[in-house]
Amino acid sequence: MNRDFYSKLIFEHSHPGRQGYSLPRNAFAHVELPAGLTRQGALDLPEVDEPTVVRHYTNSSNNNFGVDTGFYPLGSCTMKYNPKINEEIAADPVMARLHPLQPASTCQGALEIYYTLQQALSEIGGMSEFTLNPFAGAHGELTGLMTIHAYHDSREDWGRTKVIVPDSAHGTNPASAAVCGYQIIEVKSLADGTVDVADLKSKLSDEVAAVMMTNPNTVGMFEKSIPEIAEAVHACGALLYYDGANLNPMLGVARPGDMGFDVMHINLHKTFSTPHGGGGPGSGPIGVRKGLEQFLPNPRVVKLADGTFDVVCEESALGRVSMWLGNFTVEMRALAYIMSLGSEGLMKVGPLAALNANYIMHHLRDLYLLPIEGPCKHEFVFDGLIDKSTGVTTLNVAKRLLDFGFHAPTIYFPLLFHESLMIEPTETETKETLDRFIEVMRQIAVEAKENPELVNSAPHNTPIAHPDDTEAALHPVVTYKEL
Amino acid sequence: MSLHRYLPQTEQDIAAMLADCHAKALDDLYCDVPTELRLKQPYDLPAEMSEKEVRDFFAKMRANCSTLTCFGGAGFYDHYSPAVINSIISRSEFLTAYTPYQPEISQGTLQYIFEYQSMMTALTGLEVSNASMYDGATATAEAMMMCVAAARKKNRVLISATVNPMVADVVRTYARYHKVTLEVIPEKDGVTSVEAFHEMMGAGDVAGVIVAAPNFYGIVEDYTGWAEYCHERKALLVMNCQASALAAIKTPGEWGADIAVGDAQSLGMPLNYGGPYLGYMCTTKALIRKMPGRIVGATKDEKGNRVFVLTLQAREQHIRREKATSNICSNQGLMALYATIYLSLMGPKGMQDVNALSCDGAHYLAAELAATGKMQLAYADKPFLHEFLMKLAPGVTADAVIAKAMEAGIFAGVKLADDLLLIAVTEMQSKADMDKYVSLVKSL
Amino acid sequence: MIKYLPSHEYARVEGNIAYVGISPYAAQQLGNVVYVDMPEVGDDVEAGEDFGAIESVKAASDLYAPVSGAVVEINEHLIDNPKLVNEDPLAHWIIKVEMTNPSELDSLLDEAAYAALCK
Repeated sequence: MNRDFYSKLIFEHSHPGRQGYSLPRNAFAHVELPAGLTRQGALDLPEVDEPTVVRHYTNSSNNNFGVDTGFYPLGSCTMKYNPKINEEIAADPVMARLHPLQPASTCQGALEIYYTLQQALSEIGGMSEFTLNPFAGAHGELTGLMTIHAYHDSREDWGRTKVIVPDSAHGTNPASAAVCGYQIIEVKSLADGTVDVADLKSKLSDEVAAVMMTNPNTVGMFEKSIPEIAEAVHACGALLYYDGANLNPMLGVARPGDMGFDVMHINLHKTFSTPHGGGGPGSGPIGVRKGLEQFLPNPRVVKLADGTFDVVCEESALGRVSMWLGNFTVEMRALAYIMSLGSEGLMKVGPLAALNANYIMHHLRDLYLLPIEGPCKHEFVFDGLIDKSTGVTTLNVAKRLLDFGFHAPTIYFPLLFHESLMIEPTETETKETLDRFIEVMRQIAVEAKENPELVNSAPHNTPIAHPDDTEAALHPVVTYKEL
Repeated sequence: MSLHRYLPQTEQDIAAMLADCHAKALDDLYCDVPTELRLKQPYDLPAEMSEKEVRDFFAKMRANCSTLTCFGGAGFYDHYSPAVINSIISRSEFLTAYTPYQPEISQGTLQYIFEYQSMMTALTGLEVSNASMYDGATATAEAMMMCVAAARKKNRVLISATVNPMVADVVRTYARYHKVTLEVIPEKDGVTSVEAFHEMMGAGDVAGVIVAAPNFYGIVEDYTGWAEYCHERKALLVMNCQASALAAIKTPGEWGADIAVGDAQSLGMPLNYGGPYLGYMCTTKALIRKMPGRIVGATKDEKGNRVFVLTLQAREQHIRREKATSNICSNQGLMALYATIYLSLMGPKGMQDVNALSCDGAHYLAAELAATGKMQLAYADKPFLHEFLMKLAPGVTADAVIAKAMEAGIFAGVKLADDLLLIAVTEMQSKADMDKYVSLVKSL
Repeated sequence: MIKYLPSHEYARVEGNIAYVGISPYAAQQLGNVVYVDMPEVGDDVEAGEDFGAIESVKAASDLYAPVSGAVVEINEHLIDNPKLVNEDPLAHWIIKVEMTNPSELDSLLDEAAYAALCK
C-alpha cells in the first residue's frame, strides 16, 4: 500500500468542483434569509467525489485495530466479541426513521424493545427498575448520583455533601461525584486490593450521601465484605452505588441488588457486547432498588393496563439527563445479545470470563509480578515484570505486544501499583488465542532479559512509530487549518 | 461441543484450563463470594434463542412501528443518510475498536477525529473542537459547567427561553446538582428579550449566557452586540446551534460567541427513535484547556511522519479524577465518523444546497398551510430557516391536525400547545407530500 | 528565605514580595511541563487556595498559594516556554505576590522540614 498517498487527510484530497452528494431537485421558489443573519465566511470543507471518500476511509480503517481484528485484553473495558446479528438488527430501516416525538401508537415496537430490556436488566441486576436513558457509563454514574441526591432531597436530608470512593476506583467515580456537586472522600485499599472496611466505617457519617464501589474491584477481586459494608452504609443513612464497569464476571454468579446495592449502572458496551465504536456510542442504563423508582430521570417508558406502551414524565423525577430515551440502537443490540444467550447462556458468561482470566494469570505469574493472590474474577493486575533489573517497563511490554498483533492491556491503572498491567480476556476468546497470548507474553519476558533494547524500542511493526506526546500537548494542533 | 456460539470453550477445554488453575470446578473461582449472595437459580429470562428467532422477534417489533412522512422536528430532523456512510461505519476496524489509547494501532480513529474537529470548527467558525460528546443537550450542559469553571468565582448562568425545552431541561438538571444558578431570559414574540438580557446581566455576576440558533421555533435570531455585552461583563456567550444549519446562518464565530454546542444529528443521522446522535462542542483556542472531552492533536512520530494522538489528557477524569473538567470519558466516536463522512460527501456546495432545499420547501409549505385559513405563522415577521411555528385558527386543534394527517401516513408536526404546531421541512419531503398535507388540513 | 507548602509550592521571600513556584522535587515528579495556568496580574490569591494549575503530559495538578496577597507579576516566559520549570524551578517562579499577611510564612515548612517530607 502506498502510505504516503493514503495517509493524507480528506482535506488533502480536495479538488475544487468535485462533489460526493446527490439531492432531490429543488422544485420551490428560492427564499433568502436577511443578509445580516447569513453565514459570511466560506465553509472550509473538502470537495471530494464519492469513490475518493470510500477509498480514503477504507484505507484509514486499515490503520485501526478492533475486536474483530484480534485479541483485545484491555482491562476494565470488557472487549468481548460484538455479534453480527446485533448489527443487522440495529440497522433496521424502519426504526431508523422513527421520530422520537411521533405518536406513541406508531412506535409500539420500539417502546416494547426498550421496556423488555429494562425488565431484563432489572432481573440481571436484582433491581426494581431501570432507565436506559444515560448515554455511557460515566453518564450513568452521574445519573445514579443524581438519583441518590434526589432521594436525600426528598427527605429534606440536606447535610449529605460527601461521597466516599475507594482509591482503586475508576477515575470517573470521583469525577462524576464532583459534577454532581459532592465532595470526595477517599478510602484506602488493603494489601489484598479490597477496601479497608475499618477505614471506610470511620469515614461514614450523616454527611455522607453515598459510597461508590466496583465489585469485583479494579484489581479483579471480589469485595467479600460487601454485606458488612452495605449494612454500615445503610445504618448511617447513605446509599450504596454499584459501578457496573466490572459486572461481566458476576453474570450467573451474584446480583448487585442481592449484595445490598441501592443504585447501579451497567455499561451495555461492556457486559452486553455492544461495539465500542472507537469511543462510543455507548449506553449506561441505571437501576434502582424498590423505593427509589420515582426518582429515575424523565422520560420513562411504561406499560399500560391494556398492554400498550407509552412515554411519560413524572414530577418526582430527578430531572432529564437526555433529550429522549438514550442510544436506542445500542439498546436494541444489547437486547438481541440477551436473547441470543438466554437465561442459561448468561449464567455461563461470568464463570467463563473468570476462567479465561485465571488461566492467563496462572501461566504468566512466574515471569510477571502478581501483587495480589487468590482467584481473580474477570481481570487481574501484574505489577510489571518480576525481573526489574532489565529496565523494561509496563509501557514497553504493552508496546511490544502490538508487534505480535495483540492489543495492549490497560496500563498504569489502577494507581495502586507503579507498573500496573491489567489484563481482561473476556469469555469469548478460545483457549488457542489465550495460549498464543501467553506464549508471546513469555517471549517478551525473555526478550526483556536478552535483548531489552528490542522491547524498549517497540513497536516495530505498526503503521506508525512512537508519537511525540509532549510536542502535541505543548503546541496543540487540533485542526487541519493549523497544520 | 462448545457451550454457545459466542462461548467457544468446550467441556474439555474447561476441564484442562481448570486443572492448570488448580481448581476443580468453575465454582472454585468464586470461593470468595459469600454463599448467601450467590444466585440460587437461573435468571428469570427467556431461554436461548437461535439467530433466526432473534431476527423474528425484532421483525415483529418492526411491524409494530410505522415510518411516516416526517414534518416533525423540535431538535430531531429527518435528513437523508447517504449509502456510503453505513457501508464505512460498519467496517469492523472502526466499529469494534475501543478509545484510541494506543496511537500506533489507532490512526484510523485518530485521523477521522482530527478531520471531524477540523470540519466542526469550519461549521461553527470557532478555533477548536473536542472529539464529540453524547448529544446536543448534554453538550450544552457541559458548556454551562465550563462557563462556571472558567469564571472561577461566578456560578450564575442565563439561558434563553427560546432554547429547545428538552435541552433546557437537561441543562437545568445539571445546574441543580452542580449548584449553578440557572435563570431563564424570557422571550418576546418568539425571540429572546434583549431588554431582559441586559437587565439580568446588570449585577455582573453572570458566568455565561446560552442562546440558540436557529431557536426552538425555527427562528434565526439577531444576536448583534450580544457577545460584546457578555465580554464587557466577563461572561462567556454560548450558542446552541443545529449543526447542519450552520452552513447557512451566521456562525457562532461570526457572532463572537465563545462556545458553540449542539446536536449534529441533522448531519444526515438517522432518527433512530432518539439515538445515537452526536453532541459537538467548539470553542476558542484560549479556552481549549477548559474544554471537556477528548481532543486529538497532530504531532510527529519517531520517524518524523505526521501522526495523530489524544492530547491534553491531563484535563481528563482518568488523570485528574474529581478535579477533571468533566466526568466524560468517552466520546460518540462512531457518530463523529458518521458526521465526518457526511460532511466530506456534501462539501461546501452540498451543505448550501441541502439548506436551500429545506428552507425553500419550508417557506412553500408555510405559505400553503396559511392559505388554507386553518392556521397561520405564529411569528410572521421573524425569519426562519426550515422550521416554523403555526398558530391554529379557532376551532382547529393540534390533535385534530395530527390525527387527520396520520390517515395519510404523515406526521404533521410537534404539538406545543392545543393551538400551536411546530413544523419542520427537510430534503426528505417532496412537494407532493406537502400538497397532500395541505389538502388534508384544508379538509378539516 | 524560602519556605514550602506540603503540596510542593515554594515561596521565596524578598522583603514584602513572595516569588511562588514549584519545588525541584515536584518538577521532577511531574515530568515535562507543557502548560502553566496562571492568574492575571491584579488578582488576589489566598493562602492555601488554588491559584492556577500546572500540566505535564501525564499529570496535572492545582497550584496552591503559600501566602495571601495580590499578584503583582506573572512569569510570562512560561507562556511560550513552560519547560523552563523543569530546567530550573527555583529560578523560574510562576507568580510574584505582594504579601498582605507575612506572618503566614511561619506556618510553612522550612528547607529541612520540606526535604524530610520528600524522602
